[in-house]
Amino acid sequence: MWEHRAMSDTRDLVRLIAAHAGMEGALLPILHDVQHAFGCVDGEAEAEIAKALNLSRAEVHGVVSFYHDFTPQADPRPRVELCRAEACKARGVEAMVPAAEKAAGSQVQLKTVYCLGLCSAGPNARVGDTLHARLDEAALVALIEGAR
Amino acid sequence: MRVVRISDDALALACGADAVAAAFVAAGCTVERVSSWGMHWLEPLVEIDGIGYGPATPADVASILDGSSTKSIDLIAEHPFIASQQRLTFARAGRTRALSLDDYIATGGWTGFHRARAMAPDQVVAEVLASGLRGRGGAGFPAGIKWKTVADAPGDRKYIVCNADEGDSGTFADRMLMEGDPFQLIEGMAIAAYAVGAGQGYIYVRSEYPHAITKLRAAIDLAADFIAPFRLEVRVGAGAYVCGEETSLLNSIEGKRGEVRAKPPLPALKGLFGCPTVVNNVLTLAAIPHILTEGGASLYDSLGLDRSKGTMPIQLAGNIRHGGLYETAFGITLHALIHEVGGGTASGRPVKAVQVGGPLGAYIHPDRFDLPFAYEAYAGADALIGHGGVTVFDDTADMGRMARFAMEFCAAESCGKCTPCRIGSTRGVELIDRIRAGGRASADSVESLPQMHNARKAGRSRAEELQLLEDLCDVMQSGSLCALGGFTPYPVMSALRHWPEDFGT
Repeated sequence: MWEHRAMSDTRDLVRLIAAHAGMEGALLPILHDVQHAFGCVDGEAEAEIAKALNLSRAEVHGVVSFYHDFTPQADPRPRVELCRAEACKARGVEAMVPAAEKAAGSQVQLKTVYCLGLCSAGPNARVGDTLHARLDEAALVALIEGAR
Repeated sequence: MRVVRISDDALALACGADAVAAAFVAAGCTVERVSSWGMHWLEPLVEIDGIGYGPATPADVASILDGSSTKSIDLIAEHPFIASQQRLTFARAGRTRALSLDDYIATGGWTGFHRARAMAPDQVVAEVLASGLRGRGGAGFPAGIKWKTVADAPGDRKYIVCNADEGDSGTFADRMLMEGDPFQLIEGMAIAAYAVGAGQGYIYVRSEYPHAITKLRAAIDLAADFIAPFRLEVRVGAGAYVCGEETSLLNSIEGKRGEVRAKPPLPALKGLFGCPTVVNNVLTLAAIPHILTEGGASLYDSLGLDRSKGTMPIQLAGNIRHGGLYETAFGITLHALIHEVGGGTASGRPVKAVQVGGPLGAYIHPDRFDLPFAYEAYAGADALIGHGGVTVFDDTADMGRMARFAMEFCAAESCGKCTPCRIGSTRGVELIDRIRAGGRASADSVESLPQMHNARKAGRSRAEELQLLEDLCDVMQSGSLCALGGFTPYPVMSALRHWPEDFGT
């Protein structure tokens, strides 16, 4: 996972942006890198990116706020993404949600995603880049508790 | 030393394939990581000398190696699930290592590309037209016509864009192909680039597919010399479902909000950065190398039903016993897919409904399971085959709740550009809630405001609310800019029509 750093460390930010110089449509790749490095894309980062790409801050903010992957504030808690789309619903994910929420409490971010592409083996969840399939309630609770 | 083959597809990994592979290495075996056969209920599937064992755990290693394992399925290639398929796009599934150029070349890789480069570009387009290939993303538009439009469009700068934003629940064929056979997609894109005169290509992959992104980037590096001067790059989505719509995908690559563009102009004429652009789905582009091999186009044209030509990689998902990837010629019935191939539900309960085509596809009642899998047949039944996802539900499913979810999903994922989708989906959720509660006795606080001159001041009966839902769906269907708002009525209205009892009384 990302390492949390102060946004005031603008040299890192400038270097991240500069790495995409000359790229067609560089905004999304830059936002991904910033989100990954800082855990968020905040107002200061938006301003810096806008300046580098010759965009208005409003344009950058509009893009940041459109996509689910970019967040305005860093949340240092571990994150578990649980798929609640149709195929996982058909395999019983909804009945597991109350237990999952209880296990997550305030220590783990339990996020809903729509589809991890493992639809024949649900319910599925993702922690970082690791995927988990064929979860039952006990396995999901153990996964969330293990992420804490 | 015995060679053990285990998939490194994301689904196999999610089911514990790495631990099984490590256990075989510890037992002194050579482990080859290959693509997945697509028999997902057997993952992690272990293959030794063609014999399969699954689903395997590290505890099974000793019994598999000494031949006493009860998890043997015999020869994988002769398993009914595999033997009854007609695999063209997924011909290499389970048989090759994803990032091995040697494996790719040994199984016919690049032959379509070399043949295409020896032909004139317009002949390549003509062969794709003759094959009858239609876009596999969902709309089913003939690929050859799209290519011809781009080829004929004026401009020096043209693009090939691969839509790999496979956001539909119940679909995973794009992911399997990118993770298992990335060179085939690259070859298809290189052929397209040659045919239309494009210099740059982009593959737009959703961020929920980290393994596919890694594999594709590695494969592009390995294949760079083969496809030069054509250049290819992976771009990663950012969690927006609507970016699977081609014009919002183009906006997203350009670094904008993923809002849908009005058409015309068609992306084929004014697409990425305003230049002529081919936007095709992963499966469409991956079908191209086969079509361009000697005689491939006529074989493709000979398969299928009516105007649905060739094969379709169908994805069996949800509550199904034998889920996975099933590629077959168009025309197969849902009954055959679910009961004969899929073995019924995983829970063992009766099938209640099947959603074909992802979150925007209709729910199909078991009464209609004789419907042949083809674009026109489904359109005629107020349904769509979309990207070929088949999601099975057993009799515990509450179809009223699923209809509400369809509206809720549309509200969460709407790009906000057009009103029927942005507002209609939220109103749809409220309407379905009211219908399930049996209508309501009085006007709500907004309707009661003095400035709401035209709003109704009395309550509405359940029948009136139902009529309102039909009207709303009608507006969304004909008034939305893209398929998100336009097709959300399919799951809603099909659920209401076939399972009215799930909407309260």
